[in-house]
Amino acid sequence: MRYLLMIFGEETDPSQVSPEEWGAVMAEWNGYTAMLRERGAYLAGEALQNSDTATTVKVRNAETLTTDGPFIESKEQFGGYYLVQARDLDEAIEFAAACPGARYGAMEVRPVMEFPAEEASATPSGEGASSA
Amino acid sequence: MVADLPTPLGAGATDVTALVERVFRDASGKAVATLIRLLGDFDRAEEAVQDAFLVALERWPVTGAPPNPAAWIVATARNRAIDQVRRARTLERKRQQLARDVPVEAGLDGSAAARRTEGPVMTSAVDDRLRLMFTCCHPALALDAQVALTLRTLGGLSTPEIARAFVVPEATLAQRLVRAKRKIRDAGIPYRVPEDHLLPGRLAGVLAVLYLIFNEGYSASSGERLVRAELCAEAIRLGRTLVELMPDEPEALGLVALMMLHDARREARVDATGDLVLLDDQDRGRWDRGLIAEGRTLLDRALRMRRPGPYQIQAAIAAVHAEATRPADTDWVQILALYDRLFALMPTPVVELNRAVAIAMVQGPAAALAVLDASTANGTLDRYHLLHAARADLLRRLGRSAEAADAYGRALELASTSPERAFLERRLADTDASAWRRRDEGAG
Repeated sequence: MRYLLMIFGEETDPSQVSPEEWGAVMAEWNGYTAMLRERGAYLAGEALQNSDTATTVKVRNAETLTTDGPFIESKEQFGGYYLVQARDLDEAIEFAAACPGARYGAMEVRPVMEFPAEEASATPSGEGASSA
Repeated sequence: MVADLPTPLGAGATDVTALVERVFRDASGKAVATLIRLLGDFDRAEEAVQDAFLVALERWPVTGAPPNPAAWIVATARNRAIDQVRRARTLERKRQQLARDVPVEAGLDGSAAARRTEGPVMTSAVDDRLRLMFTCCHPALALDAQVALTLRTLGGLSTPEIARAFVVPEATLAQRLVRAKRKIRDAGIPYRVPEDHLLPGRLAGVLAVLYLIFNEGYSASSGERLVRAELCAEAIRLGRTLVELMPDEPEALGLVALMMLHDARREARVDATGDLVLLDDQDRGRWDRGLIAEGRTLLDRALRMRRPGPYQIQAAIAAVHAEATRPADTDWVQILALYDRLFALMPTPVVELNRAVAIAMVQGPAAALAVLDASTANGTLDRYHLLHAARADLLRRLGRSAEAADAYGRALELASTSPERAFLERRLADTDASAWRRRDEGAG
């Protein structure tokens, strides 16, 4: 099964972080990503820039409304994600717990909705590399 | 078993039905657990078992009950389920299905459900009831959903019975069950006993659910009857099954021992009018000595494993109480020592409170009051009615009636069950009532 691991947490101002601290933090994240790849679980993942770079877009009555900032104003913001292949929820939880984001903030684990593969245009889904 | 059922010709219809029901009910727990594994779905397993029951009602009076009712139920239910899905698939062949639809046979088409279960389809080294227990108590489910699902699928209770026991509308409880089963299916909660490195935490979760069920039955948090005996019985029954399936887990043994030792006092705990009777005032002749003996045996087995834990210690405390034929014979020194050990493992305000009560018995009420006031200075227990009741009792014993009356009043404000309120009202009335009146007059 595929799961999206969503990383939520308080945002840090990069200009306030020393190069050494930043290096240490990046090493943590890189180590985590490497672990996921080794387990055959890594499908995708990205870190997002801070929420002050966000733009919210809505279309109502054919009118496009654009506002500055994230959709939800809160202290904890969505900061990035990993898309993983896991045997079941227990394995997905294990991956979420191992993620540095779990210690700094919170991880939301949500199963991806799978649709039946359309003949030739089938996207890889369901057949996991991780053994049961 | 075959000889037990009367021949159909001479038997009254209701007798046979009742007998079939009983044999079926005793075996269906294990059958449901296996069918969930084979069919990959709680609802299908339930429906299939219901179908099998109708067949049993028809056939068993004729053929006699099978020697292995659980296996018969599994085989019959599975066949019914396969037939049903074949029919449904024929209908649905032209319709689009979501890829995550759970298949009929976990092993047949290599589905996600198959990969989620361990071991070959038809045989299993692990008792399916254990799988079911851990699945129902999975931490990804809300606690009230864990409780409801455990009672519904493993316990013998129906949805209306569970709703009544927890004083929630039946529709609410039904929804809770629907959502829980949906979450299990959609989020991919596996039907398995957790891996070794996860087991301690997950077992703690199972034990917590069983204890919650027991406590709800033993001292219901609201309502007219202080005790709901059927919940206590279910918790103990599930506990016995757990102990049977995990005989080397001392905390599981400890929990079941604890529940038995408490349940043994149930009859004496509430008097004829439904009022609460304190431990000191209980008619110990009404204690269930057989259940006490059973609890002690389990506790001894647990302690021999030399892996102490909170449930074992709480059971030991209950056992010390059970040993005393009269309240005056109670070994409070040993109880205090046990509470010291319990507090070291579980430094919660509630344990502190109970430890203070033991201190009162060993060192006197003044010492206990000092300990209580010091440890509750941060106010965490302020909304806990038993804290105020305990303080009131200590103050009363020290002759400080006005303060005792205040404390009983505060306890009354917070107490939520009728028998407990009745008890506190009596205590308040017994205390110097003029002290209460003077306070009221002064407050104007």
